[in-house]
Amino acid sequence: MITQVAYLIAAVLFILSIKWMSSPATARRGVIAGVAAMTLGIGGTLILPDVDYFAVIAVAMVLGIAAGVPLAQVPLTAVPQRTALSHAFGSLAAALVGTAKYFVLSSHGELTPFVTGAIVFEVLLGYLTFTGSILAALKLQEMIPTRPITYPGQNIVNLTVLASAVLCGVLLVLDPTQTWLFFVISILALLFGVFLIIPIGGADMPTVISLLNAYAGLSAVAMGFVLDNNLLIIAGALDGASGLILSIIMCKAMNRSFTNVLFGAFGQSVKGKAAAGGDKTHRSTTPEEAAEYLLNAQSVVIVPGYGMAVAQAQHKVFELFDRLTKRGIDVKFAIHPVAGRMPGHMNVLLAEANVPYDHLIEMDEINPEMGQVDVVLVIGANDVVNPAAKSDPGSPIYGMPVIEVEKARQIIFMKRGLSTGFAGVENQLFYNPKTLMLFGSAKETVGQIVHEIKQPA
Amino acid sequence: MNESYLAMITIFILSAFVGLEVIKKVSPLLHTPLMSLTNAISAITVVGAILVTGSGSHQSVLSTVLGGIAVFCAMTNIVSGFLITDRMLKMFKKREGGKPDGGHKS
Repeated sequence: MITQVAYLIAAVLFILSIKWMSSPATARRGVIAGVAAMTLGIGGTLILPDVDYFAVIAVAMVLGIAAGVPLAQVPLTAVPQRTALSHAFGSLAAALVGTAKYFVLSSHGELTPFVTGAIVFEVLLGYLTFTGSILAALKLQEMIPTRPITYPGQNIVNLTVLASAVLCGVLLVLDPTQTWLFFVISILALLFGVFLIIPIGGADMPTVISLLNAYAGLSAVAMGFVLDNNLLIIAGALDGASGLILSIIMCKAMNRSFTNVLFGAFGQSVKGKAAAGGDKTHRSTTPEEAAEYLLNAQSVVIVPGYGMAVAQAQHKVFELFDRLTKRGIDVKFAIHPVAGRMPGHMNVLLAEANVPYDHLIEMDEINPEMGQVDVVLVIGANDVVNPAAKSDPGSPIYGMPVIEVEKARQIIFMKRGLSTGFAGVENQLFYNPKTLMLFGSAKETVGQIVHEIKQPA
Repeated sequence: MNESYLAMITIFILSAFVGLEVIKKVSPLLHTPLMSLTNAISAITVVGAILVTGSGSHQSVLSTVLGGIAVFCAMTNIVSGFLITDRMLKMFKKREGGKPDGGHKS
């Protein structure tokens, strides 16, 4: 009874915890609510009369705390990897509990079709999310190539593996005593996780991380069904819903469907096109000139891309923001939903560099204002400002919503070279008469501009 | 299908709808902390892991070992998830001049 009440309060607190994330002003309260709910959930479970083996539980918890604390200290550029890794941990926990539950219930002859079905679901999602997330984390950490790895017949192989696993699952539900089927399901799920992520490239990582998040949440729901535990069902459903919504937002931000992300292997067919633009001309500029343009502007919009974070330029960019703002120039950041490596990543990177969050403007909000902007400074972004997404039906990124920088009076495009972006697509913006190219490393170049803009006396 | 199964499915569907509504309102600004928060929340699976590890009536060496590993995994997510969410949220400040840790406005 006490346990059930504790679970009920915990469920309410979990919902409030996410509700308070709606605005930065209340968000930290959300964390406190989450921690309180978790404490209630664990406490309520430990007082159950049936629970034993406290020594094992305590040792596992202490080890978990010891591993969790350093994982929370990673640099913010590594947050996507950490997130992928935590999907892996979460789904592994679900899969292992499902496995243990299958063997315990099977030895007692207590496997009903419903429970077996839930276990199959839990183990299938758990193991495939486990290997998939490990692989995604390795790709994000660049320990394995981030380019999509494809081979002929890949989709057929993947679908066959998944279909076989599902078929074995159905057979196991029909006859839960066929233990060998359980092993086949587990192995196929582990394999499928790997196959699922291999063909996915760096540009699709925000979607894939969100999708793995949804899977991890659903495997927790399945665990709730297996254990007849409402708190697990509710918390898992919240996590699953969050992953689903973020996946949809990411897909919309790239104008792609789920099937296209999972089976499309972006960036494969378009490689040849990049060379075509060699004879067009672009104008380049110097940091000094760029500083002058910025100082003469009334409103400036900075479009940051992941290249800015790779170059570790965000602190220099903040200095630029700070100096321009102190001179009364209105400076805003235009944030594309897929500007980072996971949903919302760019906001976190800029917040870390001290940029106030009310200056971080989402794409949909800033696009209508772009016509009044004097200077746009694009730093380390490319595909997310490519006008071909709106004008060229032949472009692979056609239909993707972009930040409409070409509406501004002047564009300064900061870049290492004329290379293409993640998607491997040529950007005609480089050859726009309003565009000035500013070549060099983002960190140094922004530093030089900051140097030119002296502190106001 | 017995009634407790139907009740569980009802709870799942209702909480999925609540989740969708609540999460839709989360500012895109905070999508990264949202993901680490929900990650920590879904690590409530630690409850299931505890039950499997040490449930007296349904017990085997296998379930204690697998359950123990699951407790470790879930606990790692709880600790790192909540800590990193709070660490990120602290960085969101409204105006310059605020103290580095002055993220929460009343």
